[in-house]
Amino acid sequence: MNIDSFLLMRHEILLLAIVLLLIVAEIFINQNKKGSIVHLAIFLFGIHTIVGFFAIDESSLFGGMFRTNGLIHFFKNILNIGVLVLLLQSADWLQEKIVQHNRGTEFFILMFSSLLGMYFMISSGDFLMFYLGLELSTLPVAALAAFETTKRISSESGIKLILSAALASGVSLFGISLLYATTGSIYFNDIIEVITSTNLSILGLVLFFAGLAFKISLVPFHFWTADVYEGAPISIASYLSVISKGAAVFILMILLFTVLKPLMHIWENMVYIIAIATMFIGNLFALRQQNMKRFLAFSSIAQAGFILLGIIEGNQLGVTTVVYFVLIYVFSNLAAFGVVQAISLQTGKENMNDYEGLYRTNPKLSLVMMLALFSLAGIPPVAGFFGKFFLFTAAASKGYYLLVFLAVVNVTISLYYYLLVIRAMFLRQSDHAIPFFKNKLYMRLGLIITVLGILILGLYSPLYDYIFELSSNFN
Amino acid sequence: MNFSYTILIPLIPLAVFLLLGIFNQKIKPAVSGYIGVFGLLASAIISFYAAYQYFFVSGKADGVYQTFVDKTVWMNFTETLHIDMGVLIDPISIMMLIVVSVVSLMVHIYSRGYMKGDDGYTRFFAFLSLFSFSMYGLVLATNLFQIYIFWELVGVSSYLLIGYYYTKPSAVAAAKKAFIVTRFADLGFLIGILIIGYYTGTFDFETLNNPEGSAILNWASTSFMGLSVITWALILIFIGGAGKSAMLPFHIWLPDAMEGPTPVSALIHAATMVVAGIYLVARLFPMFYFVEHGFALNIVAYVGAISSLFAAIIAITQTDIKRVLAFSTMSQLGYMMLALGVSGYDGHEGVGYMASMFHLFTHAMFKALLFLGAGSVIHAIHSNYLKDMGGLRKYMPITNVTFLIAALAIAGMPPFAGFWSKDEILVAAFEHNKLIYYIGVLVAGLTAFYMFRIYFGIFWGKDREYEHTPKESPLSMTFPLMVLALLSIVGGFIPFSEFITPDKAGFEAHLNYPLAAIAVGVGLTGIILAWVFYKKENDLADKFANAFGIFYKWAFHKFYFDELYLFITKKILFKRVSAPIAWFDKKVVDATMEGIGNKTVLTSEKIKGMQSGKVQDYAFSFIAGVVVLAIVFIYIWTN
Repeated sequence: MNIDSFLLMRHEILLLAIVLLLIVAEIFINQNKKGSIVHLAIFLFGIHTIVGFFAIDESSLFGGMFRTNGLIHFFKNILNIGVLVLLLQSADWLQEKIVQHNRGTEFFILMFSSLLGMYFMISSGDFLMFYLGLELSTLPVAALAAFETTKRISSESGIKLILSAALASGVSLFGISLLYATTGSIYFNDIIEVITSTNLSILGLVLFFAGLAFKISLVPFHFWTADVYEGAPISIASYLSVISKGAAVFILMILLFTVLKPLMHIWENMVYIIAIATMFIGNLFALRQQNMKRFLAFSSIAQAGFILLGIIEGNQLGVTTVVYFVLIYVFSNLAAFGVVQAISLQTGKENMNDYEGLYRTNPKLSLVMMLALFSLAGIPPVAGFFGKFFLFTAAASKGYYLLVFLAVVNVTISLYYYLLVIRAMFLRQSDHAIPFFKNKLYMRLGLIITVLGILILGLYSPLYDYIFELSSNFN
Repeated sequence: MNFSYTILIPLIPLAVFLLLGIFNQKIKPAVSGYIGVFGLLASAIISFYAAYQYFFVSGKADGVYQTFVDKTVWMNFTETLHIDMGVLIDPISIMMLIVVSVVSLMVHIYSRGYMKGDDGYTRFFAFLSLFSFSMYGLVLATNLFQIYIFWELVGVSSYLLIGYYYTKPSAVAAAKKAFIVTRFADLGFLIGILIIGYYTGTFDFETLNNPEGSAILNWASTSFMGLSVITWALILIFIGGAGKSAMLPFHIWLPDAMEGPTPVSALIHAATMVVAGIYLVARLFPMFYFVEHGFALNIVAYVGAISSLFAAIIAITQTDIKRVLAFSTMSQLGYMMLALGVSGYDGHEGVGYMASMFHLFTHAMFKALLFLGAGSVIHAIHSNYLKDMGGLRKYMPITNVTFLIAALAIAGMPPFAGFWSKDEILVAAFEHNKLIYYIGVLVAGLTAFYMFRIYFGIFWGKDREYEHTPKESPLSMTFPLMVLALLSIVGGFIPFSEFITPDKAGFEAHLNYPLAAIAVGVGLTGIILAWVFYKKENDLADKFANAFGIFYKWAFHKFYFDELYLFITKKILFKRVSAPIAWFDKKVVDATMEGIGNKTVLTSEKIKGMQSGKVQDYAFSFIAGVVVLAIVFIYIWTN
């Protein structure tokens, strides 16, 4: 093994180095300037994000346990940008609430470890690596969810997450072992050759699927979502709904499209049922939410349902549309969470009726929120419209017209509740409107990046063709 | 030769529009006026430079003017069918650039005086720039789709400018009317474009207009209801042009559009936008001429002739001077259309086409002058109506003289510009279609009559009781009048036939003395009649009006076209068609939708209990979900 092969793991090694560096840095940081750890971490991660863009060869390591290619590399970059934006948006919260208790480093180490887990998960070449990555990505988040130790609700959220996650990962592991039992291998490349549709392998598929469905919060494995989002710090809710979900969607899709392709006639029906259930349940629950975090939780469940429309296609088109949608979803959801975060930090308010009259006092913030919600709802010409449109095209190309129709019905329902927020902000008057406040530099930067992302992806997008080319080996 | 730099001509006004639009509140009105004027001045200079380069330096090869195209693909449909964006330079587009530049520049300068002190001063100049951008883009378009895009853009800017006084309900109504009527006609245009795209596989003017190209040679390959589909497409495209150029029966928006500020009427509704329809037909002239032996072109000729006569008759009876000018515009546009309609293609045969473009050019100058002169008068006495005017020549000498020059020009008196272009039109009509020639001569007489009717009415006769003594307008307003007056005198001496002909080779035109003498004689008769009727106050005119009785009443009410449209829309469309649909929509569609909406909210309420907050429950449903899925896919849904 030489240095070149190590460079294939550039993302992982660099991130690990940052984690170690932060541990060391904490020792040397001046106690009067505790905040500098935040600057340092963001700076390092910024560099890491930029370095990530350099091209990487397509190859595999460790006898096929670890593999990388253009698409995986691209997706890691999406995750990086998402985490970077998220860090920018959380910087003020960290400075004010966390760093003072000497827990800043902890936060970064946990989050970066979780991200490292995701890297391994989406780069995995066998089920062992996959499982390790899955665990590494989940466990630190549970700790992060309980991060605001002074709040009861935060601890509750951490406990709920760890219990549910343990169950899900146990079920998933059971599924993997059944797949191993039927095929005699844990390497993806070997499994493709031998897997056939037997009762045992179908059971394995269902169990394995349930484990990942938990992470994506598909119905009926979604119940933890709203409770955890509500209790966890906003950055963590945002992390769970954007980064964690995105990574899980990606690896689920890759595995279904390659390893489990021989079982496609089974899983496409499964995806079909779950897509319908997820869209309807997510939307129907979102209708009634008053807390913005719960609201966004259910909205993100519904969005996951839409993503399944791309997955059901099963080929290159499916990969392209899903990755493209996730990319847009990252920006849109981060923008929405960013605004919620900014307001919560300044005023502690997280309810929808607190947002009444926001446009008069904080017009810019309201416009960002409006743009984000329009994108989530899929209103042209904002990016979200194209994302959804392509997903629907993918499903329609396989002849799932009923599914597309139901999805359109759900888009309509979702439009209603997204507009509820917009109505509160723009049309409602309130004597208790949140007073004007100015965001700090990091937060502003974090919001600006998301807005640019939404606008640029919507108005000008050769990126779709680029992703299509990257996923050419799914033909 | 390279004319790619002409792309700057539309881009400069666009930049000005964005600048004024974005910093609306932050720019001082006076500054915004200067920005507008200088932006347009830059465009005008480039236009003139391009015209010089094209006509005198590098435009000709082997005695024929070449077409220069620079474009990029904007949107792909198939291998051959794509929408491009770019610039197309040929004699008529250069000529239009000059027309738009001159008139628009003059109107910009004039507006600095006319609009002074108005609240929306900056907004006004922003809209003017938007219009100039769209009009330049329309002129330079390389294909049908590009021209359509800018076609709609000029429609939008026209809408914005007619409704400029948006607090006045009549202005808002007029803006809507103009937009809806022209939109309606544009539907025809769009369908025509799509048919052309489908059957010929291209939108490109160059490819379409090539007389040896497949688009023209294969016109007979597909037919529909006895005519070639290409002919149908051309007729539909002409409907679009008729909408913009206010041809019968789409003319009803033009008189109402006079609600806009007068400089706008001069720029958009006299000199530039309304000639877009003429320009469109001229642009596709080879197609109109060759396809099905010019069937569509005949329609153009007759619609033009009838509109021309119709409008001239109405113009005689109107009392609002801007409306007289509006109907006069419509009449002259009809003239241009009929000239295109009677034109041939090769050599001297193409005299109609040449005359039409010639008249477009001269008409733009003197009609803009008439409008600006009328604006000057309205500015001085704050009324549009003839009954409030009289004897103004003493107070407004410059306006008086320039208005007289324009009136002589439009009446076709030598040596003013209108004489030369009108004479060529009559020559073309005489050679091709006698009926149309007689209509043309009649219209020439009527034109001289109604024009001098308002001239005498405004500037001669007795003084009215003015609130305060009318005085001449400031230099910013009289300067454009003088420039345009000069152009109305010398414009006719430009040897158009050397520059602009259908085959682009040019020919030598000679004055046809007998025909010219007849036209001048008829024009003079009109002027003398007007002199007898209106120079001194007398009741001759009223007597004549009474003598014509019912006919006069019809003409005064514009032949009840507005009422006819109202009857069709209100009594038939709204009552018989829309009302039942509205009922269905409200009682069936809406009710169903509301029901579904309420049910959705109810369901949402009912399933609330599923989210209990207990992890045990969550774990249970998790496992239950797994078990159900496993059972379903192992035992039930197996395929």
